[in-house]
Amino acid sequence: MPVGLHTEGGAPAASFGAGLEVERLTVRFGGLLALDGVSLAVAPHEVVGLIGPNGAGKTTLFNAISGFVRATRGWIRWNGRLLQNHHAHDLGRLGIARTLQGVGLCQGLTAIENVACGAQPSLHADLGSALGGLWRSSREERRVAGEAAALLGQLGVGDWAHRLPGSLPYGVQKRVALARALISHPRLLLLDEPASGLSADDMDDLSSRIQDLREHMSVLLVEHRMDFVMAACDRIVVFNFGEVVATGTPEEIQASPEVTEAYLGDAVGATPTGVGKGRVDAAR
Amino acid sequence: MGLFVDILLSGVAQGMVFAAIALALGLVSRATGIVNFAQGAMGMFTTFIAFSLLSDGVGYWPAFVAALALGAVLGAAVERTLIRPLQGKPALNPVIVTIGLLIVLEGAAGSIWGNVARGFPAAFSQRGLVIGRTRVAFSHFDVFLVCAVVVLVVAIVALFRWTNLGLRMRAAAFSPEVSRLLGVRVGRLFTLAWALACAAGSLAGLLVAPLSSFSPYFMDLNLVYGFTAAVLGGLLSPVGALVGGLVTGLAIALVGGYVGPDLQPIAALALLLLVLMVRPQGLFGTTKVRRV
Repeated sequence: MPVGLHTEGGAPAASFGAGLEVERLTVRFGGLLALDGVSLAVAPHEVVGLIGPNGAGKTTLFNAISGFVRATRGWIRWNGRLLQNHHAHDLGRLGIARTLQGVGLCQGLTAIENVACGAQPSLHADLGSALGGLWRSSREERRVAGEAAALLGQLGVGDWAHRLPGSLPYGVQKRVALARALISHPRLLLLDEPASGLSADDMDDLSSRIQDLREHMSVLLVEHRMDFVMAACDRIVVFNFGEVVATGTPEEIQASPEVTEAYLGDAVGATPTGVGKGRVDAAR
Repeated sequence: MGLFVDILLSGVAQGMVFAAIALALGLVSRATGIVNFAQGAMGMFTTFIAFSLLSDGVGYWPAFVAALALGAVLGAAVERTLIRPLQGKPALNPVIVTIGLLIVLEGAAGSIWGNVARGFPAAFSQRGLVIGRTRVAFSHFDVFLVCAVVVLVVAIVALFRWTNLGLRMRAAAFSPEVSRLLGVRVGRLFTLAWALACAAGSLAGLLVAPLSSFSPYFMDLNLVYGFTAAVLGGLLSPVGALVGGLVTGLAIALVGGYVGPDLQPIAALALLLLVLMVRPQGLFGTTKVRRV
């Protein structure tokens, strides 16, 4: 998979590809090398899974894409645009949405309010209009509320719209978090452990929804549930100690003796699909 | 009976001032999680600016609006220059900064305008209204005072409940990092919260100044009463601020009327202690459940 073009001197050349491109990305926290020259790409409409043990650098990569941490070296390019010194609040405007490990819902807001919060990048009303309660702002608020309710309905949790997150079952909270990411109409969706804590039925449902979503966006996900990763992803990137150690289709990853030995043990090797197997960490 | 009614009415008027201060404290606390001990001093300073404008011949209402606007600007400037750089530092640091700011503002006001007690004009007559054949201890100015604070509370509640801006402010207060990911400019909203809070504090200063004499220290005791009201109502609830202000105002007025004005501060502290012992989250607050 091509990962972008670079000039001899190491400066990024004009990119002719689309989607997400990460090139030789290095992130260092003091003496700790969290990412060491990581390169990967996510093509439009592709679903890519990141796997690896805890501390391998998967979430650090998400944080670098999200603007929470700065790269020491290397580049991230999104649809040909270099993401440099960007901030987390720029993500929505760039067409990128992210869910967090756990659920990350605001506990004092109802489910529908949480989802409406995700629509901020698409709001057109300015601060003055909002403060003055002007018509333009009111119209935007009605639009966002309607869209949030529709999304919750589509994800099958419309009945929970006016409940606080603390009173919702975990699976419902996960769907609310997904709705919050989707309301901004992203072209790249970053899912951080979307299947953790889900029942088998919920996981199957999430997997099929991701297949539906790919018509509109690319998906990059971090996940420990191997059965889910194998079923949902086109390609898998294996991390260890901040480096990419393998990339391939689920079948290639399953067939790779090095990866199987290092990360999956016998868990996946037992069945071609890997369904019903445990976490990567547990299999080590 | 007449005395009792007069005490109650004066308690309502005072309580509204405490409610405005409690609302200001709550806005800052909700946004940045700290108690702004300089809230009263900031209101005092803008009241003095209004006083200077009035002395220079500016009309009452332009001076009133200018003080509110300057309060908002002062609040935004304090958040941006003194509070924002302390993000991520120990929680005590911003508290100490606000105490320092209180001392600086009171010292500056004393240097500029002097420490003598002065009178501040009221927007409306302060003579008691006549109801039937009885003149009660509630004036046109008190009516304005109550209306102004009720409108302020309703506007803040509406902002938080029914607007996307309020939704963003609530989200930013609950979870700044998540809000940033959602495209919310959290820093700007914190600045806005400080601006709104200090405008509310300025309103409190402008409303309480005509009720007695005012000096650089005239808001100190009102801050204690306002803090009591905020804790009583539930620090983060605008409606709680209103109810807390009313209860505190009535309690202070009853103690002042029947026991003696010298005991009013002690009564406020006793009320504060009682709330913290019986219902620390306040009347309209909720307990935060934390998994350990």
